Amino acid sequence: MIRFEQVSFTYADAPAPTLRGIDLVIPDGELCLVVGATGAGKSTFLQLLNGLAPRFTGGTLAGRVVIDGRSTADHPPRELADVVGYVGQRPAAGFVTDTVEHELAFVMENLGVPPAAMRRRVEDVLDLLNLHPIRERPLETLSGGQQQRVAIGSVLTASPRVLVLDEPTSALDPAAAEDVLAALARLVHDLGVTVVAAEHRLERVVHLADRALAIDADGTVRSGPVGEVLAGTAMAPPVVRLGELAGWAPLPLSVRDARRAAGAAVAPASPSLRDRLEANGSATHRRAPRPAGAVVASVRGVRATYGPVVALEQVDLDIRAGQVVAVMGRNGSGKSTLLALLAGLRAPARGEVLVAGHRAGDDPRAAALVPQDPLVLLFESTVGAECAAADRDAGAATGTTRALLDRLLPGVPDDRHPRDLSEGQRLALALAVVLAGDPAVVLLDEPTRGLDAAAKRRLIEILDELVTEGRAVVLATHDVEVVADVADRAVVLAAGEVVADDEARTVVCHSPVFAPQVAKVLAPDEWLTVDEVRAALGVAP
Amino acid sequence: MSATSRPARALHPVAWWLWAAAVAAAAMRTTNPLVLALLLGAVAHVVVSRRTDSPWSRSFGMFLAIGVAVMVFRLVVHVVFGARTGGTLLFHLPSVALPDWAAGVDLGGDVYLEDVARALVDGFRLAVVLACFGAVNSLASPYRLLRALPAVLYEAGVAVTMAVAFAPEMAASVRQRRDGQRLRGRADHGARALRGVAVPVLEGALDRSIELAASMDARGYGRRGAVAASVRRRSTAALVVGMLAAAVAAYGVLDDTTPRALTAVAAVVAVTLLGAAMAWTGARATRSRYRPDPFGVAEWLVVLGGVGALGALVALGGVDPEALAFGGQPLAWPTLPWLAVVAAGATALPALAAPPPRPVLVPAVAA
Repeated sequence: MIRFEQVSFTYADAPAPTLRGIDLVIPDGELCLVVGATGAGKSTFLQLLNGLAPRFTGGTLAGRVVIDGRSTADHPPRELADVVGYVGQRPAAGFVTDTVEHELAFVMENLGVPPAAMRRRVEDVLDLLNLHPIRERPLETLSGGQQQRVAIGSVLTASPRVLVLDEPTSALDPAAAEDVLAALARLVHDLGVTVVAAEHRLERVVHLADRALAIDADGTVRSGPVGEVLAGTAMAPPVVRLGELAGWAPLPLSVRDARRAAGAAVAPASPSLRDRLEANGSATHRRAPRPAGAVVASVRGVRATYGPVVALEQVDLDIRAGQVVAVMGRNGSGKSTLLALLAGLRAPARGEVLVAGHRAGDDPRAAALVPQDPLVLLFESTVGAECAAADRDAGAATGTTRALLDRLLPGVPDDRHPRDLSEGQRLALALAVVLAGDPAVVLLDEPTRGLDAAAKRRLIEILDELVTEGRAVVLATHDVEVVADVADRAVVLAAGEVVADDEARTVVCHSPVFAPQVAKVLAPDEWLTVDEVRAALGVAP
Repeated sequence: MSATSRPARALHPVAWWLWAAAVAAAAMRTTNPLVLALLLGAVAHVVVSRRTDSPWSRSFGMFLAIGVAVMVFRLVVHVVFGARTGGTLLFHLPSVALPDWAAGVDLGGDVYLEDVARALVDGFRLAVVLACFGAVNSLASPYRLLRALPAVLYEAGVAVTMAVAFAPEMAASVRQRRDGQRLRGRADHGARALRGVAVPVLEGALDRSIELAASMDARGYGRRGAVAASVRRRSTAALVVGMLAAAVAAYGVLDDTTPRALTAVAAVVAVTLLGAAMAWTGARATRSRYRPDPFGVAEWLVVLGGVGALGALVALGGVDPEALAFGGQPLAWPTLPWLAVVAAGATALPALAAPPPRPVLVPAVAA
């Protein structure tokens, strides 16, 4: 179906090719996962599939990419629209029409599909992706998961043989991601569509994939069964790492496989993982919550509204120094509103929000917010200028921000435009900028979005350093694995109300939605991370 | 969200536009405030009974407000600069002697009741015309109208649709950036803040345009072979000249002093050229249209309502031109001829003929 023949791709002005020497075939009806660090070239690889690279990105393509017998060199993306459906990283940015139904029909109108067939296919896709309840809704009123499904539907109506998805679930809460993945599984299993998807949150998708393509730092591509490609790499999801630790073969890809393996003996003589943990895994190996300091921020009886919509209702919360608090909940449950209140960006409709003894917002530097898109905080055209401006804003000594940035993430070049940094570098820069004001509370909105495994690990270390310095960290996130790694306390919001507020371990282990993979595998025992299990088994990392 | 018991449908947007244009043309034919008030009442009745609850439905009120502003503006302009014809003196403004080259323009001076009344009625007439356009904006989704455009205008239509969608996104992006300024502990207004907001917002807009273009291309927009270049050039030329001719014809219909022959010729030229442009592109286009709005009995009835109103006032102009005019020296109370009542009744016809709108349930989302 898809054939790469000696493909290399070099961006204009780049010293070395982003992708090189790719020679592979993706057979019909496979779900193929593209993995790699940020900036390794995952998006470029996907754009090669329908010719968006180099036609929209610039750069030079060497070799041939052949889809269903058509070379992308001779066929521009619009001539491949009936074969390849491409959904970019931000589906909402690609919407053309006003309502769901018309968005689904757009591609068919361009292909000149007869009206009767068009009508039928729209209905089929509405059912297939469960979009029927929202068929007449204006696109701007959709939630993130709905947008993603509409974007998939909007290319699926052309009946493409290949579906290309760039991080389809990274912006979604766990439940919405499940919806999208269920839809993908149905497409692959029932309709034989070939799906090529790039993803960072591998724990969500690996069990569905037939094959993984790993793009290495030098631009070469390794292809093979998922377990083999991921084994031993930093990107491997917790179940795979748990399998490696316990010596399971083949490596499990789903929680279900891992649960079975955990109860079974590896070899006749050696006990199962459960038994080994039972024997020497006392609670002392589990990460204990950090000791809580004084209350630095408090939310009292708060209600927040957007026009007639109530975003938060009767919320009470204390944030203590020296702890990481994770705020979880569906998209639209009020997480971002809570952070905006703490940062003083909004005033509550009722109740009060105090930060360091004052009303939130009186001292803008007492609580520092890094928004979902760190670029919102960055105004200058180079990293150096941004650091200098941050020093001025905070009244700090010259060089403070740069020093902070070097501590958080060394090696961010001074002359680079913030837009051209990797996601991890951008987050570190935004964090350095707000830390220049020496805030008591650091608020992060969905910080792991778009981060690769290495950047995520560095972020966890950074958060640990921040609370060790005596700051409080509040983290609004969907990423349960990061919560398992770093949070002391977890607060779950639902429809603007606090439904759980307790030690992180208790909250996540008792929720089917928010439980990390290791907890799911070893339930009912409350283990959160592979590192805890490793410590309990006494194995050196 | 679920299907209603009766398969309600939206009326074809072109029917709404024809109705509104005909009513506006009818309003242009009279300065009788009673007739104008009746027409306005009928239009408002149609809007209230047949608009949907979509975002653009609120535009009627906005257009009414603009109409009031137009009336006030005309009044002020008249009081300050207007020609003085005499009659009942209302009050006196200090007048300014202007040099000879500005003869004919009076600045200040005596203000008479008759002149003020005429200025107000003129303003009112414009306000009624504006209300007609407000009504059609409330009644017909701009997107639906764009989709009803003939193939020759398809590309322009897509461009306008995207531009309309762009505005709220830009606003959201500006809001985000201002929040960013405040998070950095800076003032969120002032010259420096403006630069901090404007540059990144424009960069973001540029990024989005490229993403959008990629998404459209990947979905087959602008596929080769739709229309040959020579045909496209020919039809575009026919389209532009045809539109100009249509404008001339429309002017002729609205202004009685234009020679009838010119109006007729312009109308014939417009119809021929526009028809040719559509035929040329339509025949070659490989594009199809999803669920085109049907043009059925309800549509014809709505158009009939508008055309009926215009016809009634044209007939009245032939029978009793005095009844359509307002003013005179001294000021006389306007009369209400029965044909004007017929016109208002015809205007209100869509309130019965058009299908009732389907409720669009849009759950509010937190920003």
